Amino acid sequence: MTLGLRARTGVSDTPGWVFGVAGLLVFAVILELVPRLGMVDARYLPPVSDMLGSLARIAAGGGFWVGLGETVLTWGIGLGIALIAGVGCGVLLGMVPWLREFTASTIEFLRPVPSVALIPVAVLLLGTGMMSTLLLVVYASFWQVLMQVMAGVQNLDPVAADTARSYRFRTVTRVRTLIWPTTLPFAMTGMRLAASVALILTVTGELLISGDGIGGALALARESGAVAPMYAYVIVAGVLGVLVNLLARLIEQRTLSWHPSIRSEVNA
Amino acid sequence: MTTSALRTIAARGRAHRGRGMLRRTLLVLALPILLIGLWWFGSANSTNYLNPPLATIVSEFWPTWFGGDSLGQSRFVQDVIPSFLRIVAGYAIALVIGIAVGVLIGASKRLRSTLEPVIEFFRSIPPPVLVPIFMLFMGIGDGMKIAVIALGCVWPILLNTVEGVRGLDPVLRDTARSYRFTPVGTLRRLILPGASPHIVTGARQALSIGIILMVISEMFAAQDGLGFSIVQFQRSFAIPQMWGGVILLGVLGVAFALVFRVVSGAILKWYYGYLHTQRGGA
Repeated sequence: MTLGLRARTGVSDTPGWVFGVAGLLVFAVILELVPRLGMVDARYLPPVSDMLGSLARIAAGGGFWVGLGETVLTWGIGLGIALIAGVGCGVLLGMVPWLREFTASTIEFLRPVPSVALIPVAVLLLGTGMMSTLLLVVYASFWQVLMQVMAGVQNLDPVAADTARSYRFRTVTRVRTLIWPTTLPFAMTGMRLAASVALILTVTGELLISGDGIGGALALARESGAVAPMYAYVIVAGVLGVLVNLLARLIEQRTLSWHPSIRSEVNA
Repeated sequence: MTTSALRTIAARGRAHRGRGMLRRTLLVLALPILLIGLWWFGSANSTNYLNPPLATIVSEFWPTWFGGDSLGQSRFVQDVIPSFLRIVAGYAIALVIGIAVGVLIGASKRLRSTLEPVIEFFRSIPPPVLVPIFMLFMGIGDGMKIAVIALGCVWPILLNTVEGVRGLDPVLRDTARSYRFTPVGTLRRLILPGASPHIVTGARQALSIGIILMVISEMFAAQDGLGFSIVQFQRSFAIPQMWGGVILLGVLGVAFALVFRVVSGAILKWYYGYLHTQRGGA
């Protein structure tokens, strides 16, 4: 039965990932051939095989894993602080109207201030260690979480809110049974955005300030003119970015498995 | 009698509105004034050279950025304007490429599944790592900075355009086909407006990435620009000037966000109205 259906729909039944793998392969082949055929100077763009070979040599040494650990640690701590502070402040500001009105103009002004503007301030006040990078990471990702959580708290279903008031829920109960479930999808969106922003700022801080981690290794490779390792570190940063996105999406789906938006996605 | 009563009510309403305005103005200004006041008076007698009095920062601001033999020689023209032009150029390139490629990819399911992993990888690369790579090819000139900004900004725009084109109402699509819209007509009247809420979301994310990249590329390697000036002040321990640069950069970010809000509000005016009627508003 299923076989018959397959046969009738024919070629278009090829699963999507086949095309995806084909796309990746074609891309790698192009990147291999362009420098080999001399279309781009191989000193600037080495063939993919050179990049991957250099990556393998780097990964065989222990220093690479220490650096990777530093990057992941900075990212994780920064994101954690931003999440806790963002959710806490967001719920508070979302629940207390006068506090929200009081802080609105200040938030509107501070939010678009580019986090990289803080680099020189951070270097002078906190030195060139991990703390400076952390400051950038927390500042940039905090706003993502805060804005989403605030929007979430204000998205409360009015009937549910009135019901909670009629039953005289205590504040703690109200937060746990009413505000938290409403806000959670928004908080997860904020978390997803903050996770990739935090990685961007982690690498930036390492590249420009501390010289630790993947970013620092890249800066070092640049200074010594080692081109293939430079590309290897870019690939590592890209893979790290993909993993961060996947992890964030996984956490979102796990925590929101009860939510209609995820349930319908799974069924479809 | 009744007219005077009405007049009293109207007057009271006006007074109430007036008080509402006053209250709102106070709310908007209170915290910023409080914070600036705290900084001003808290740092007034500061002898810590890393944390100079705000009064010094303010009094140094004008001579630093607008001083010089003529306006053309001032730092504002020499450093801030080039930064501004770079981000505008890079951002514009990213918008054109992102929307064009996004519409193409969004329209074809097969193209989408072929390119998805490659795009997923490229958009996951934290854009600052591209700065050293682009320096290999293009040196440290304007071209490198514009290319870095464009390449960093293009992914959020592209991915959101793809989402927007995918999410178009199929009935509208079929209607356009039934009425034999030309491809250009379909693009202009159906695809671009239909995807515009998504495109604007992507463009907003791209804007903050663009500002970050502008500053980083200038801090990394440049002879001019706002990011370069700030780092130069920091390295030469010209601390009040550095603080002025940080404030200027912050103001630039706020100004970009304001312009963006006005433009996107104008583009999406129909959409907000549509949402309003969908929710049963009058």
